Amino acid sequence: MSNTLSYSSITKKIWMSLFGLFLMTFLVVHLSINLLLLFDPSRELFNIAAHFMGTNPLIQIFQWVLFAGFGFHIILGVILQIQNWMARPKGYKVKGTSEDSVFSKYMIYTGMIIFVFLIIHLGNFFVLKMQGDVPEFHQPGAGEMEDMGLLVVNLFRNTGYVIFYVIMLLLMGFHLDHAFQSAFQSLGLTHNKYTPFIKGLGHFYSIVITAGYIIIPLIIYFR
Amino acid sequence: MAKLDSKVPEGPIAEKWTNYKAHQNLVNPANKRKVDIIVVGTGLAGGAAAASLGELGFNVKVFCIQDSPRRAHSIAAQGGINAAKNYPNDGDSVYRLFYDTVKGGDYRAREANVYRLAEVSNNIIDQCVAQGVPFAREYGGLLDNRSFGGALVSRTFYARGQTGQQLLLGAYSALSKEIKKGSVELFTRREMLDIVKIDGKARGIIVRNLVTGELERHGAHAVLLGTGGYGNVFFLSTNAMTSNGGAAWRAYKRGAFFANPSFVQIHPTCIPVHGDYQSKLTLMSESLRNDGRIWVPKKKEDAQKIQKGELRPTQIAEEDRDYYLERRYPAFGNLVPRDVASRAAKERCDAGHGVGNTGLAVYLDFKDAIERLGRNVIEARYGNLFQMYEKIVDENPYETPMMIYPAIHYTMGGTWVDYELQSTIPGLFVGGEANFSDHGANRLGASALMQGLSDGYFVLPYTMQNYLADQITVPHFSTDGPEFEQTEKEVQERIDKLFAVNGDETVDSFHKRLGHIMWDNVGMARNKEGLEKAITEIQQLRKEFWQRVKVPGEKTGMNVELEKALRVADFLEQGELMALDALTRNESSGGHFREEYQTKEGEALRDDKNFTHVAAWEYMGDDKPAKLHKEPLVYENIEVKQRNYKTA
Amino acid sequence: MDLKLKIWRQQGPDAQGKFVEYLVQNISSDASFLEMMDILNEELVAKGEEPVAFDHDCREGICGMCSLYINGRPHGPDTAITTCQLHMRKFKDGETVVIEPWRAKPFPVIKDLMVDRSAFDEIIQAGGYVSVNTGGVPDANAIPIKKENADLAMDAAACIGCGACVAACKNASAMLFVSAKVSQFALLPQGRVEANNRVENMVAKMDVLGFGNCTNTYACEAVCPKEISITNIARMNREFFVAKIS
Ligand SMILES: Cc1cc2nc3c(=O)[nH]c(=O)nc-3n(C[C@H](O)[C@H](O)[C@H](O)COP(=O)(O)OP(=O)(O)OC[C@H]3O[C@@H](n4cnc5c(N)ncnc54)[C@H](O)[C@@H]3O)c2cc1C
Ligand code: FES
Repeated sequence: MSNTLSYSSITKKIWMSLFGLFLMTFLVVHLSINLLLLFDPSRELFNIAAHFMGTNPLIQIFQWVLFAGFGFHIILGVILQIQNWMARPKGYKVKGTSEDSVFSKYMIYTGMIIFVFLIIHLGNFFVLKMQGDVPEFHQPGAGEMEDMGLLVVNLFRNTGYVIFYVIMLLLMGFHLDHAFQSAFQSLGLTHNKYTPFIKGLGHFYSIVITAGYIIIPLIIYFR
Repeated sequence: MAKLDSKVPEGPIAEKWTNYKAHQNLVNPANKRKVDIIVVGTGLAGGAAAASLGELGFNVKVFCIQDSPRRAHSIAAQGGINAAKNYPNDGDSVYRLFYDTVKGGDYRAREANVYRLAEVSNNIIDQCVAQGVPFAREYGGLLDNRSFGGALVSRTFYARGQTGQQLLLGAYSALSKEIKKGSVELFTRREMLDIVKIDGKARGIIVRNLVTGELERHGAHAVLLGTGGYGNVFFLSTNAMTSNGGAAWRAYKRGAFFANPSFVQIHPTCIPVHGDYQSKLTLMSESLRNDGRIWVPKKKEDAQKIQKGELRPTQIAEEDRDYYLERRYPAFGNLVPRDVASRAAKERCDAGHGVGNTGLAVYLDFKDAIERLGRNVIEARYGNLFQMYEKIVDENPYETPMMIYPAIHYTMGGTWVDYELQSTIPGLFVGGEANFSDHGANRLGASALMQGLSDGYFVLPYTMQNYLADQITVPHFSTDGPEFEQTEKEVQERIDKLFAVNGDETVDSFHKRLGHIMWDNVGMARNKEGLEKAITEIQQLRKEFWQRVKVPGEKTGMNVELEKALRVADFLEQGELMALDALTRNESSGGHFREEYQTKEGEALRDDKNFTHVAAWEYMGDDKPAKLHKEPLVYENIEVKQRNYKTA
Repeated sequence: MDLKLKIWRQQGPDAQGKFVEYLVQNISSDASFLEMMDILNEELVAKGEEPVAFDHDCREGICGMCSLYINGRPHGPDTAITTCQLHMRKFKDGETVVIEPWRAKPFPVIKDLMVDRSAFDEIIQAGGYVSVNTGGVPDANAIPIKKENADLAMDAAACIGCGACVAACKNASAMLFVSAKVSQFALLPQGRVEANNRVENMVAKMDVLGFGNCTNTYACEAVCPKEISITNIARMNREFFVAKIS
């Protein structure tokens, strides 16, 4: 860890963006599994996918890589932020009015909220599953597995939870919107011709991902 | 007192510098470490010299007023730097650059120095490119050139409109490299207030730390001043706010002769004065005259209507415009030297044809160039200047012609130095705008940058060694000696005296009053009566200053008013010497235009018989008039002629 | 026009500072912002008070000496200019103008609105140069340089080192300043030779001095008087990455 602290600012940023991009690909995978709940109201596909994710040894290893990714992304984010606060011990009376990217100013806050959400989220699903508190799902030909889908559906019938979930995902969307192009900038992957495309893609990505995640509880809730 | 010995080496002019270098004394590498050098100023001259001397292995201490060496006034130069590379294949050569510079200076510069300048000009460009200076290039990847006033060839290298900045940053980076290496020690926010002499030689300086207010002593085997010009005597000029002649003036008062103080350059293309609160004038680079055409309305009635705001310049028909430079000087047109262009503008405005609400402005019009080349070409060439103009004047120069008027810009005069750039105080060297050496009575555009870097990179590192060769046995100086003690005491007394006045008028107010006297009488056109009046008025103002100036605040800590007061106190003395020199020089030459001495067409009329000399003034004491020494100028390689820009 | 000014006054580096209010009257809209400050100072001196200390020199936007954080924006409410080029026509009669010094740990206040920016010099000393000595260099036209690259290098080299980027950045990061110098040299064959060492050393120095980290907020680019592009930061990141892995 002391090593992480002594990394140069740019090294930290490079790691930050690599982990970030990695987490963004994970979000895509996660979303595509969630969407199965919409396409297959019987929850079978979703449960198969969840089962696969929960039992496949490769994925099991990968899961720890993912946690590490989150961990480093968060730790680095916090270190960077603390250093940034320290770089200006006395602030301005008049807050900055210069035009800049808005979401970027609140990355630490959106990030922290996402972190809290993550813990709750893990508590809701992952921990229950670890404890074996998930109902069984029986489907002829599919074999024995847990009914993770039911867990989700039940949660998404709870008004409070849906509101909470939607808000959290909107915040995540803001986080992603800045994160996408920012990662490319940090990695030095910019170019006159392609950067506008990457920026557009970033907005597209964050909108699609956010909308995708949000639409699921809404449909389930109103179904 | 010392006779002026210019120490110009023997031999044909083209071989003098080579011969000098071949026979000069050098300091062996191991001994260089034993020698300390003080460099005051981090402009092109000081910065380049400090870096080069550090590279050679000397212990260098370098000082500047600003918070960083990168902010020296050289940063503001816009247009470009000359060199005799002849890349455009248009007939340039070392001789032609030399010839143009001497002629441009109206035959009042020292031949050998100018030749050397032209000779090393090419090395400067090579050096800067190697440092990573991003000069403008053509599509083939080679360097681009533009033309400047006073030349029939394109020999000016440039980096957009920020050539001075890029050259200075080059010198600054070289300096930074040496600071890192430890050979140069940097002292910022320090102002040199006096020179310390031991046994007649310059051995140190007294500086004021502008942050703490403390006086500091620094000793060395030799002192180099690269402290820039004294244009701010006029209050309003294109110079930076802290540009001052103080260091050179202190050297003068310690025995260094001051040469040609009246040779001041008035730049034709500056943004006109707009109000009495104005603090400085902004230059619009001479390069604009490449594509801009200068004119005023032919009819006085039109001019009057424009002054009242009843008519716009764009409403004046082509045949009612007087392109007076093209009319008077067909061969050089809008590219005549600065002194000629400035006087022509003044002449038109005095005759009632001036524009702007004051009537003290002429037009610089890009209409034709935009039509011919397209707006984007003009934008690429001068975009930043146009933007600067628009921010200040609030008018778009792509659509309405720019308004310009002459302003004080550069001082050709300065500390008298010999061929080695050594002043009459042994061990005191002076480079860049602070010395008088290369531009005679008028400097051509893009030649100051050339001179600053030539002095700094290629001349002083040699000539200073020649002096230092026999100094290696002199141990490092202690600054506890009586000479340091005494000089510091005198500086302290000067400061105390300023505070003691405790009057009721601000420093700036005195400075402005001095500026008015100077501009009205010692400016673009001078005459005997005005100069005599200026001298009495300056003396009177000086007396008043010492009775009524108000310097608030403390002696310790940062005190900007005190800094200004010290500078203005020196300006008040310097201004008088400038007027005296102008009064004594009964001829017109270059930037020095005496109304009594002009041709029928209103051109400057030199008196070569009586004034082909450098006027070097010696300080004789506060209450005694300065004493004039003359260094005769001998032209062996150039035929001295009436300057003619009408035909090629 | 008349204005109410709220100006940060601080006697010295260690002194406690505070905002002080001043009224200035009859200011011409053609006056520059610093000329307005001059007028205020003249009045203060006439009253026997100490004038407000602020940095300035060239007054034409090139030396980088002037600073001032005006109403929440370095160099005030205009784009692509420095404070000395800001004109009063950008303000409204009766407006309140809050003037603060640059705020960043590596830029301590010296007095009032003046800060110490020598940290920038230290970064340049860490590697912002090409290690050639005077003399013995090849002819200037010996190496042709693509015009495009020469132009990009010039864009980056236009930096005046004023520190507005640091002042505007919510993290007080110096990345735009550092990357401009790194880019200038990285784009030119003369600078390429030492490119790897240069970027590592300059970034290391920047970190040690206590500037913040870049979070790609781009406030720096928005306030830069010379409109230095943040693509320089990306280029520096790239240069740094390549230097680290090679
Ligand atoms: C607006 C403008 C545009 C110009 N454009 C061109 C151009 O295009 N081409 C061209 O050739 N020339 C141009 N010039 C002229 C040229 O820029 C200057 O003549 C030249 O840069 C002077 O360089 P220097 O090194 O002699 O002094 P400066 O750059 O003036 O440096 C003086 C140094 O001395 C220091 N100093 C001064 N006094 C003291 C003291 N008492 N104690 C400590 N330090 C001190 C200062 O801090 C500074 O570091 C221009 C000038 C101006 C004003
Ligand atoms: S004073 Fe030089 S940039 Fe503003």
